Amino acid sequence: MKLTLWKWLTIALLLYTVVVGMLSEVPRLAILNETIRNLYFHVPMWFGMIVILLVSVVYSIKYLRNPLTRNDIIAHEAAKVGILFGVLGIVTGMEWARFTWGEYWSNDPKQNASAIGLLIYFAYLILRGSFQDHQQRARISAVYNIFAFAALIPLLFILPRLTDSLHPGNGGNPGFNSYDLDSRLRAVFYPAVIAWTLLGIWMVHLRTRLEVLKQRFYENA
Amino acid sequence: MQKDFVLEWRQKYAFNGMLLYVGSTVFICYLSFSLRFGGLEVPVWNALYWIILLFTAVNAIAKGFAQESRGRLLYYYSIVSPQGVILAKMLYNAALMLVLSLLCFIFYAVVIGNPVQDVGMFLLTIVLGALGFASSLTMISGIAAKAANTGTLMAVLSFPVMVPMLLMLMKMSKNAIDGLDPSVSLDEALVLLAINMIVITVSYILFPYLWRS
Repeated sequence: MKLTLWKWLTIALLLYTVVVGMLSEVPRLAILNETIRNLYFHVPMWFGMIVILLVSVVYSIKYLRNPLTRNDIIAHEAAKVGILFGVLGIVTGMEWARFTWGEYWSNDPKQNASAIGLLIYFAYLILRGSFQDHQQRARISAVYNIFAFAALIPLLFILPRLTDSLHPGNGGNPGFNSYDLDSRLRAVFYPAVIAWTLLGIWMVHLRTRLEVLKQRFYENA
Repeated sequence: MQKDFVLEWRQKYAFNGMLLYVGSTVFICYLSFSLRFGGLEVPVWNALYWIILLFTAVNAIAKGFAQESRGRLLYYYSIVSPQGVILAKMLYNAALMLVLSLLCFIFYAVVIGNPVQDVGMFLLTIVLGALGFASSLTMISGIAAKAANTGTLMAVLSFPVMVPMLLMLMKMSKNAIDGLDPSVSLDEALVLLAINMIVITVSYILFPYLWRS
């Protein structure tokens, strides 16, 4: 199997995340206990989702400037992978919340905001589905993609900071950079973020190649 | 641009239809709530008001693009720039929403009762809300009008985008209802303004691409 360097790096970092993340020592904190290991899986999902959705938006902008089918395919596939990361992020978050907050869904602003964010991108997929013409579909969904991302920013980065939340990092609860994220956690957390993000990019890469090949196949058939 | 405004204004029957829509929705809410409970709690009053407005806005603004005939769109295309079109539509929709939401408030207050203590602040909230609804929905209706199933798509596309705005509006109007000091709502008002600015700028930049197809 011939893989480029960054793919090997992804594999190595993921292995490191899973093995060291599960086995290493973590700080003993009340309530959190062992669930603090979710930091290596839940939080990187959101980092990954933002990065991949950003890729999607960038390629949507590229498409509007230069209408190549490839740009549209990348934007579409990146949005899909971003949704996958978002769903995984919500699921890992809910699982974690079950054991720390007591319920899967406790009407927390962050949970609600992420659910709405996902709705926006499901709407994007629906919108794509309702066009017959390829070029029109590509252009209009690119427009919506950019528009939706602009609407997503206040949702994810401004609103939760204005309201109280149970989520770490909000409403006086400890989050990053405070006493609880010590060097042992950091040693796994940063590689984990890089690893999951790279994995997402790898998935987009693969899906895009597949789609491009499919299109070429249909054109020739 | 002014011409666009006048052309829109000619479709008065649509406006009257929207008035009737607001009126009957409020009345239905009155019938279905008051008869059973005898009066509304303040949070319910607030939520209900904004939900009525949300549906009114979606219905009113969805017509903006879908109603245009193909020939007229072509005519606009030949005489004005896309930026002119989107700005004119936004202005018109903002004015429309302002009138609708004020009338809705008056009718709502008369029929269901008016718990608002700080009316000035509440009116400011309505103005911000009308602007926000109009700006974001105008763009969405432009997108949805191009697709096959406009009605469903309009709702699906707009609701998630509107939620942040709606949450801010509800909080601000709740503050106004309770008669809190205006400085409490300053944060929300600023965020609302910021969201409006983002939405308007993005639509202004993106609309030419939409217009071309």
